[in-house]
Amino acid sequence: MIKTSSKVLVKGNEAIAQAALNAGCKCYFGYPITPQSEIGEFMSRKMPELGRTFVPAESELASISMVIGAGTTGTKAMTSSSSCGIALMQEALSAMVCAEVPGVIISVMRGGPGLGNIAPAQGDYFQAVKGGGNGDYKVVVLAPATVQEAVNLTYRAFHLSMKYRTPVILLADGILGQMMEPVEFGEYPYEEIDTSAWALSGAKNRKPRFLVSLHMQEGEMEAITNRIFEKHDLIAKNETTYEAYQTEDADLIITAFGTVARVAKAAVKKAREKGMKAGLFRPVTLVPFPDEALHNAAKSAKMVLDIEMNKGQMLVDVRSAVFGAAPVEFYGRPAGGLITLEDIYGQIEKRLG
Amino acid sequence: METLVYKKPECLKKDGKFTFCPGCGHGVVLRMIAELIDEFGIQGDTIAISSVGCSIFLEKFYDLDVAGASHGRSPSVATGIKRSLPGKFVFTYQGDGDALTIGLNETIHTASRGEKITTICINNTNFGMTGGQASATTLVGQVTKTTPTGRNPEYVGYPIHAAEMVAKCDGAAFVARVSICSPASIKKAKEILKKAFEMQIKGIGYSFVEVLATCPTNWGMSPVDSMKHIKDDIEKVHPTGIFKDITQTEAR
Repeated sequence: MIKTSSKVLVKGNEAIAQAALNAGCKCYFGYPITPQSEIGEFMSRKMPELGRTFVPAESELASISMVIGAGTTGTKAMTSSSSCGIALMQEALSAMVCAEVPGVIISVMRGGPGLGNIAPAQGDYFQAVKGGGNGDYKVVVLAPATVQEAVNLTYRAFHLSMKYRTPVILLADGILGQMMEPVEFGEYPYEEIDTSAWALSGAKNRKPRFLVSLHMQEGEMEAITNRIFEKHDLIAKNETTYEAYQTEDADLIITAFGTVARVAKAAVKKAREKGMKAGLFRPVTLVPFPDEALHNAAKSAKMVLDIEMNKGQMLVDVRSAVFGAAPVEFYGRPAGGLITLEDIYGQIEKRLG
Repeated sequence: METLVYKKPECLKKDGKFTFCPGCGHGVVLRMIAELIDEFGIQGDTIAISSVGCSIFLEKFYDLDVAGASHGRSPSVATGIKRSLPGKFVFTYQGDGDALTIGLNETIHTASRGEKITTICINNTNFGMTGGQASATTLVGQVTKTTPTGRNPEYVGYPIHAAEMVAKCDGAAFVARVSICSPASIKKAKEILKKAFEMQIKGIGYSFVEVLATCPTNWGMSPVDSMKHIKDDIEKVHPTGIFKDITQTEAR
């Protein structure tokens, strides 16, 4: 039994699902895939108890489209999947951005490419951050590093999604999904967003509304795209978050997101104990990316070392943010290769030792 | 004394004009739907889902709330809407390319789940909007842009019989195929569409109506010949009728 007030030991996937319930998620639609199937299993038990909706969809194409349907009515809805499943949702994510439909997508990465494996990996940074859908679009992407943060960011995902009428991806990996940690759920910390000005409900005593993604009139699509990007400028201004750990005097700043960042933090602590000035910069919002903060942090460093469980994906955003303020190097392992404290400490020692 | 013989349905836009080719069946069906929404008095409680194809521009014609769907996914979008707002009338308007080719999986699963929605599927045996390529329902021997010598089943297989297939789904409450090739068949089609609407309005279950409709431009026929083609050729492959009506049968 998961309580909502005091600290409890919970598996990451179940913590995310419980947080979604606390956030007021009324509809869950999903299709099983390892390593996140516990989310759907949890929802299949809890949603009917609460008089809410659980639909086991026939595919990820269907589940994200069901999220769209619920989203058009201003209903908080969610789906969850992993790598290949998220790949199938890309067309719909592009359409959601265009039609400004809210929805939360939990992506618990596994190893790829292809069907890959079920080991933890971070190979879907590009998939989430750059997107595989068509056209000019962006979704908001949040990257938790602990189970507690997964809970907090699930709350935030629902909030941002409703506030800005956009899909939000919570990008976790298999480690976070599968491990148990003590968590304090608390209550959903955000105010409810009024959707009555745009949600579909039937055109009773008001003008009809339409939430569609085809706009054929000359100039119409250009205007919509510009408006969506202005919205993202606002999101970047208001919502960008990151963690900077001992970066002020660091000679070497490690950049990392998600679970790798917590391993890196331990390595930074160890390096500091040995007198090496290492620091950690961890983006919490991958979109919007904390460009300015990273650039400023890098100015006083001798070097930036990006570490990821992939072949170098966030690396392109790190390089773009650092923009010559310091040299950027990379260390990573793809497709389920785990990065240990010793690995990262060794990388630091090689450069500062 | 003046007698009113024609009136534009309330839920069709006052300044809206159908933008279909001459002799196209879409306008006839869209108008029938509008008449039924008026007759049931559900304009303010209806949400329509537009699909991809000539069926897409619902918001240009209807004074209704409209949600868009990616190609083939209208039944899934409808599911999300109906589960969120169970009291609303939710229908999808799709073609054979959308509902029966790329979206057959969604069609079959939505029927099997018994979602309390209504699907109206225009079957004109080709992809109309993209210029007349072969679809899942294209007749054997039919010439299309991608079956230039006629559909050869040895090479591209056979047409799918949608209404028969959907009727096999345990979750479906009402399944029919109608045609709109004559005043009599149009009248009959409206009666059947009305039954399909009632299935949802009365909370009975999922309803599916496939409408055999003309596509003179892509068939390369005159509107009159197109009507005849439905009667003489298409109905032989895709016969009209009510394939399932759980209110007319005893315990399922």
